[in-house]
Amino acid sequence: MQQIINFIIRNKTFLLFLLLFVISLIFTIQSHSYHKSKFINSANFLTGGVYNSVSNINRYFNLKSQNDILIEENRELKSVLYSHENKNDTSFIKQPSINKSYKFSSANILKNSYSSTKNVLLINKGWADSIKQDFGVISSKGLIGIIDNTSKGYATVISILNTTSKISAQLKKTNHFGTLTWNGNSPYEVQLIDIPKIAPVQVGDTIVTSGRSSIFPKGIPIGIISDFELDIAENYYEINIILFNDMTNLEHVYIIENIDISEINNLLNNRNNE
Amino acid sequence: MNSVLYSNILRYVMLVGIQVLILNNIDFLGYINPYVYILFIILFPIKNTRVLFLLFSFLMGLTIDIFSDSGGIHAAACVTIAYARPIFLKFCFGTIYEYQTIKFDNVDFGSKLLYISLLTVTHHLILFSLEIFNISKVILTLQKTLFSSIFTIILCVLITVIFSRRTK
Repeated sequence: MQQIINFIIRNKTFLLFLLLFVISLIFTIQSHSYHKSKFINSANFLTGGVYNSVSNINRYFNLKSQNDILIEENRELKSVLYSHENKNDTSFIKQPSINKSYKFSSANILKNSYSSTKNVLLINKGWADSIKQDFGVISSKGLIGIIDNTSKGYATVISILNTTSKISAQLKKTNHFGTLTWNGNSPYEVQLIDIPKIAPVQVGDTIVTSGRSSIFPKGIPIGIISDFELDIAENYYEINIILFNDMTNLEHVYIIENIDISEINNLLNNRNNE
Repeated sequence: MNSVLYSNILRYVMLVGIQVLILNNIDFLGYINPYVYILFIILFPIKNTRVLFLLFSFLMGLTIDIFSDSGGIHAAACVTIAYARPIFLKFCFGTIYEYQTIKFDNVDFGSKLLYISLLTVTHHLILFSLEIFNISKVILTLQKTLFSSIFTIILCVLITVIFSRRTK
């Protein structure tokens, strides 16, 4: 016993180093697996507050470009609205059914990041605004990510520019679907894998969300195909996609809540239990 | 003692603020960011006990991690260079370090540059290996380490030169 205590006292620096190193390794490994980084995240009072006050200042410098983006979005929405009105009245009956299962709310990006391999964004809405984990986040141009941790006034978003992010996506013209991933190279490109060989893939085709994950509704634009090749087994395509979104310049985003998600999850869990 | 304590607390807050609010957003050529906050570890007083030093370094790394949502990569890298600092000190400064009379403002430039470079490269290598966490992307790791290290070393040397109080 005496020797053990002596050993600990003699090597206390090394043991402390080992302890701290292992703790940080555990945090690191947690952050590498999806939805596990509970303790170390920027959605808390202190970091959220700091980022919020800085973003209040920074926002003035982006006013012009952000206004242009919002005007562009308004123009598109207006053109959709008026072209529908002229066609026929049945479109108005369709419209409420979309609004019923998905609820949209708006938020601002406080911290954007795109240079590391695990990019996480911070937004200024939290559980006080009934934002929860696994809500989808989009911008006017396309997909951004999925909510991870929430605090009272802030939430972190796992960006699609994160090597752990996996989102179901499909070709717009057919229903062949695959998984959206990122290889960490360019903030303007993501990869779509597991598209079967039989799918008619062409450069320039549009990729949209598939709606299978019950996080995003079907048909949110993601990007267009820049090039593609068969994987090593030659059964599936690996497709490079150029994003519609400029992930380096984000400010106004929308959070999507699927109102039916508990019902869907119950149904799936029941099937698993049987 | 008190002035040392206060100056280190001030340095801590200033470096975290600069790192998180300015330097993390540089993204030079898309991915190159300097990590100047390790100046806290580089310039930490030598006479203090190593246990305290390790704890402070861990805290520093963890603060940066919380701000940048990066798990524990900065904490791991910081703790490692804090533990390995005496070895580097002995290698770079030799006898001055043995007699505990080192003052960073008064050592000659060459050995100071060597000391900063060694600590920076070690820190960045651990940082990016843990961030990328993928053996097959070893080239990307080394590339990021190299370019970010150059950036960090230049900034660290500049800051130490500008803020040095040379007393002859």
